[in-house]
Amino acid sequence: MSETESVSHSDASLEAKRQMEICNACRYCEGYCAVFPAMALRRDFAAGDLTHLANLCHGCKGCYHSCQYAPPHAFGVNIPATFATLRAEGYATHAWPAGLGALFARSGTIVTLVAVLAPVLALLLAMALHDPATLYTAQTGTGAFFRIVPYWLMMVLAGGSFGYALLAMGMGAARYWRATGQRAPGPAPVAEAAFDILTLRNLGGGGHGCNDIDDRFTMHKRWLHQAMFGGFMLCFAATTTGAIYHNVFGWKSPHEFLSVPVQLGFWGGIGMLIGTSGLLWLKVRTDPGPVAPALLGGEYAMLALLWLIAATGLLLLGIRHTGAMGVMLALHLGLVIGFFLVMPYSKMVHGVYRGLALLRNAQERRA
Amino acid sequence: MPDFTRIWDVLVVGGGNAALSAAITAAQAGASVIIAEHAPVTMRGGNSRHTRNLRALHAAPTEVLTESYGEEEYWDDLLRVTGGRTDEGLARMTIRASTHAPGFLRDCGVVFQPSLSGTLSLSRTNAFFLGGGKALVNAMYRTAEKLGIEILYDTEVREIVVEDGFAREAVISWRGFPERIRCKSVIASAGGFQANREWLRQYWGDAADNFQIRGTPYAQGTVLKNLLAQGIQEVGDPTQFHAVANDARAPMCDGGLAMRLDCVPYSIVVNENVERFYDEGEDVWPKRYAIWGRLIAQQPNQRAFAISDSQALHDYLPSVFPPLKAASIGELATALGLDPAKLERVVADYNAATRPGTFQGGKLDDCATAGLTPPKSHWARRIDQPPYHAHPLAPGITFTFLGVKVNDRARVMMSDGKPSANIFASGEIMAGNILGQGYLAGFGMTIGTVFGRIAGEEAAKLVRN
Repeated sequence: MSETESVSHSDASLEAKRQMEICNACRYCEGYCAVFPAMALRRDFAAGDLTHLANLCHGCKGCYHSCQYAPPHAFGVNIPATFATLRAEGYATHAWPAGLGALFARSGTIVTLVAVLAPVLALLLAMALHDPATLYTAQTGTGAFFRIVPYWLMMVLAGGSFGYALLAMGMGAARYWRATGQRAPGPAPVAEAAFDILTLRNLGGGGHGCNDIDDRFTMHKRWLHQAMFGGFMLCFAATTTGAIYHNVFGWKSPHEFLSVPVQLGFWGGIGMLIGTSGLLWLKVRTDPGPVAPALLGGEYAMLALLWLIAATGLLLLGIRHTGAMGVMLALHLGLVIGFFLVMPYSKMVHGVYRGLALLRNAQERRA
Repeated sequence: MPDFTRIWDVLVVGGGNAALSAAITAAQAGASVIIAEHAPVTMRGGNSRHTRNLRALHAAPTEVLTESYGEEEYWDDLLRVTGGRTDEGLARMTIRASTHAPGFLRDCGVVFQPSLSGTLSLSRTNAFFLGGGKALVNAMYRTAEKLGIEILYDTEVREIVVEDGFAREAVISWRGFPERIRCKSVIASAGGFQANREWLRQYWGDAADNFQIRGTPYAQGTVLKNLLAQGIQEVGDPTQFHAVANDARAPMCDGGLAMRLDCVPYSIVVNENVERFYDEGEDVWPKRYAIWGRLIAQQPNQRAFAISDSQALHDYLPSVFPPLKAASIGELATALGLDPAKLERVVADYNAATRPGTFQGGKLDDCATAGLTPPKSHWARRIDQPPYHAHPLAPGITFTFLGVKVNDRARVMMSDGKPSANIFASGEIMAGNILGQGYLAGFGMTIGTVFGRIAGEEAAKLVRN
């Protein structure tokens, strides 16, 4: 594509180019997802094109298991693993601030460290703030949580880390959009991309699902990801509702179990637990062929962190009337704040770039 | 370890679509079935692994097939490509049965899709497998496993022990160990002999060393040769094969479909002596691609070179290996190891012979040469827009036509004219009964599915009685 600025190919990009040139002469996989029709629009694969195609790939693995050129064939075509590697390279290139892109190379270690250090620091902070009599005794009634962590501090830490995550990922998105040379989208492509994101249409494998584990077609990955994503959004809605209750209506937490924020958080937490547990199980079970082993650490760590956030959130709900609430609140908050801080340098950014790739694809289909 | 003391109802030799159609049908009818597949699990499926569709009769549009495709039209298509070298009874039976083939495969877990981009000419006649032939093969093996069929990979059948037209057991090499499989019936679905270079050399001499084998390297023809040596009638011309114009840089076997080049109609093609040898624009490519393999096989060193310029690049599907490029015809010739002066003259003569016309890539246009031998009847544009491009070509062999003779119940025919008591055949090993020469896209998979099902049904019926 001429509109793409010319960037030299990295090794991963050259490998992706070699494989795309084989795929473009074969085209058997056209029915699986958006990648292959997008590929067929091209003859030459500039680095930016390959980054785009890699981000368009949802990792359903259908093309690997049906590939006549997959290893051990001499051509060694393995699009899911090759594109996953290329995607990770792009995450690092477009990270903001630029220097922190290097964190992607050690994603498993970084996410794990943050997941351990953040709750430990939060616990230490809580302990430093209070005498043990407050921290370890049951706190009930209005404002119970804020007797452990003051409201202003909670807002500064959680709001600040979340704001930073949004800023960093937004900057990354802007860099990516510029690097792939895109113009402002109209409403139709935006609607199509939103539909694709919300339905995960490209994990449908042309209507029959993904090769989650082996060459069988199942909807496991699609539904588990939906459970996790939906759960995450419900939890986010729970927090937002809680903030509105507090600031607009002056209704302070803890809220009743049947109240809107608690219900949103409860079902969101359940969804996240089911989704992350299932996705971890798929990762353990899946055929290692179409997987990029170097990226597994970061993916496991992020799934585990999300699982811990959901688990501590639900536990907090379960034991909030007891003396363990203080410790659990500190743990949960620590994990959430750590998650926000590490989010722009983790697997979580895939959502941003995947969304932009789907948007660009929707534009190209109309061009 | 498999139980080699057991007597199986049905032994299926081979592991492609024809073998699996037979095995699944026999198992569904209650027979105990064992499959001996020569390839390891990663390379299983014979040539089916490289296929992408099958040709199916249909009276009305289906989920994936447009309009209708009736028996007479199907038969006419077959008659045209085979030049009459077919068996009308078997052919019409196959054509009629093909209407049920997609449904059978769907029941085996195969997913169909509308025709791929660049294959619109087949959207009415051919049902495409989602993901191609390997996805089909995966689905069928999964179905076979569910039915309890014993599948042996890395297992070459060396010999079928035949006494008075009756097969009793097979001598095999199971992961390198000599073993025997005892059985009440045998279905031979082990393909042609195209990957057996020694055998090809008998007819083609040293030229055989330059043939690329497009599909599985396991098509050694061991079972075919063994059956023909034991009084089973042969069918088809042993010297003939289906071949296309492949990229000369493709691997010598297993390069699959992506190695074929569609650039011929938009190029001029010369051999190593820098001579054109055939009308590149004789007809639309879907009707001509299958003759070019043979044409190239008859050239010196089995090599040819498609020469075009920058205008032609987007008229054909992209190639895996990029074309060689040069600023002048002379430089291009040097890069190809051809005589530059001669190639310049051939191109100049061709350019001088082109007549004005309106170029239309997809259909027979009016761009033809005048006074050139051989002519180029369509798409004859001047080659004068640098950079100039060249694709080196070699013959890519798909399958051989030699096979065992069968009747309409898929039983192989003995030299005394009687059908064998318990030996059946399906797939490429018997396709020569219907395809004496030429090819119809997707018809190999049709023959495999139809005869596989008949063979499986008949073998199961035989052992039940």
